Amino acid sequence: MNFPKELKYSKTHEWVRFQEDGTAYIGITDYAQDQLGDLVFVNLPAAGDALQAGESFADVESVKAVSDVNAPVSGTVKEVNEALADAPEKMNEAPYDAWFVLAEGITDTDALMTAEEYEAFIAEEG
Amino acid sequence: MELKRTPLYEAHLRCGGKMVEFGGFEMPVQYKTGVIREHMAVRTACGLFDVSHMGEVIMQGPDTVSNLNRLLTNDYTVMKDGQARYSPMCNEQGGTVDDLIVYRITGDRYFVVVNASNREKDVNWIKAHVSGKTTVEDVSDSFGQIAIQGPLAERILLKLTAAENIPKGNYTALWDRSVGGVNCIVSRTGYTGSDGFELYTPAEDTEKLWDLLLEAGKEEELIPCGLGARDTLRLEAGMPLYGHELSDTISPLTAGLGYFVKMDKEDFIGKAAIEAAGTPAQCRVGLKAVGRGIMREHQDIYVNGIKIGRTTSGTHCPYIGYPAAMAIIDREHSAIGTAVQVDVRGRMVDAEVVKLPFYKK
Repeated sequence: MNFPKELKYSKTHEWVRFQEDGTAYIGITDYAQDQLGDLVFVNLPAAGDALQAGESFADVESVKAVSDVNAPVSGTVKEVNEALADAPEKMNEAPYDAWFVLAEGITDTDALMTAEEYEAFIAEEG
Repeated sequence: MELKRTPLYEAHLRCGGKMVEFGGFEMPVQYKTGVIREHMAVRTACGLFDVSHMGEVIMQGPDTVSNLNRLLTNDYTVMKDGQARYSPMCNEQGGTVDDLIVYRITGDRYFVVVNASNREKDVNWIKAHVSGKTTVEDVSDSFGQIAIQGPLAERILLKLTAAENIPKGNYTALWDRSVGGVNCIVSRTGYTGSDGFELYTPAEDTEKLWDLLLEAGKEEELIPCGLGARDTLRLEAGMPLYGHELSDTISPLTAGLGYFVKMDKEDFIGKAAIEAAGTPAQCRVGLKAVGRGIMREHQDIYVNGIKIGRTTSGTHCPYIGYPAAMAIIDREHSAIGTAVQVDVRGRMVDAEVVKLPFYKK
């Protein structure tokens, strides 16, 4: 399983890729997609929606079940990856390219983990 | 309650099965391949399923046919050795105790296959309602069952057995055949909507048969498939699942199984109630999502803001490639092409009533 060093991770298995301008891309981790199985649907928020760290902002569906995706940080949705809705399999194939939203005005970042910390966390959890 | 394990439990772990509870058993919901690839394997090549959790009952004796005809809604009067026949089994109120398959083994000896989750209920029900000279024996624990399903299933079986051991007709079976040296009942049946076989074998030989089949099917890319794919396949094929499209309170007529309810035969349990009820106010339909969203079971369905029924099963169907559901709705809104809205967790998704099955080989 792959956990890129340049990303930050949440306990609920989302990744955050901070940009130089302070915005950040958000998606689900390799571990999350592996646990969820083949994903066939994603329900995304709209631009302008508020993100609250630890609260659901999107949901993904496998053939078997629906799962909430939590916001790993607080902020506002600046941009939505509409293309993901047409190709939900990208979350399985390339989870770190399959971003859900680009967020701005980001706060509540204290609970985020580094790649090493996240890897240790899932080793313990799994 | 302690979960039971089938004779293939160790084999599933070896194959990377993700184990879940189903019908009181620990069963693989999928393997590392995932539900979509497993589903597609059955439609385009071949898949292997452990269905050892199903219950098997042997009924025997001179009064067995009359007992079957009284217990079940289908007609068992005229049946050849090796023939299989599906039927609902009703309660006095016309609801459904279970749906099952009866094989005539030979003469007055019959093999009844019931749903895992209903096994005890069925055996008690059958024992409480048989009369005259019929014995009822639950032999579930002594049998394993493997389903090999898909267009290449016959080709794979032919590597392990002679052509004469493979039944030609759908819903027929051959008893006491050797498949790779393992004694089997070879039945041309399944729960996927694709061609295929179900092999009943002594519990202690089941793992050997599983390994032999996987090895024989390498070239055909035979893969193990879990209950996840079994469910999406049967949904795509429009087949009812007990606890979803059928229940103690759902009549087989409501579930669209009128073909298997022979109202012109002698009395059977539930006949009076079914007759008295007349044409049920609701019926089972297929729904195809037109808008974005995946319908799941137990979701309310609306026409012009008025609730007309609920979904009974639903998911994204991999082969047909769109979200589909089965539902029980008011008959007046059941015409093919009717536009409906389904409440998918608070969001209305447009759907259309379509003909069942979604997939036909």
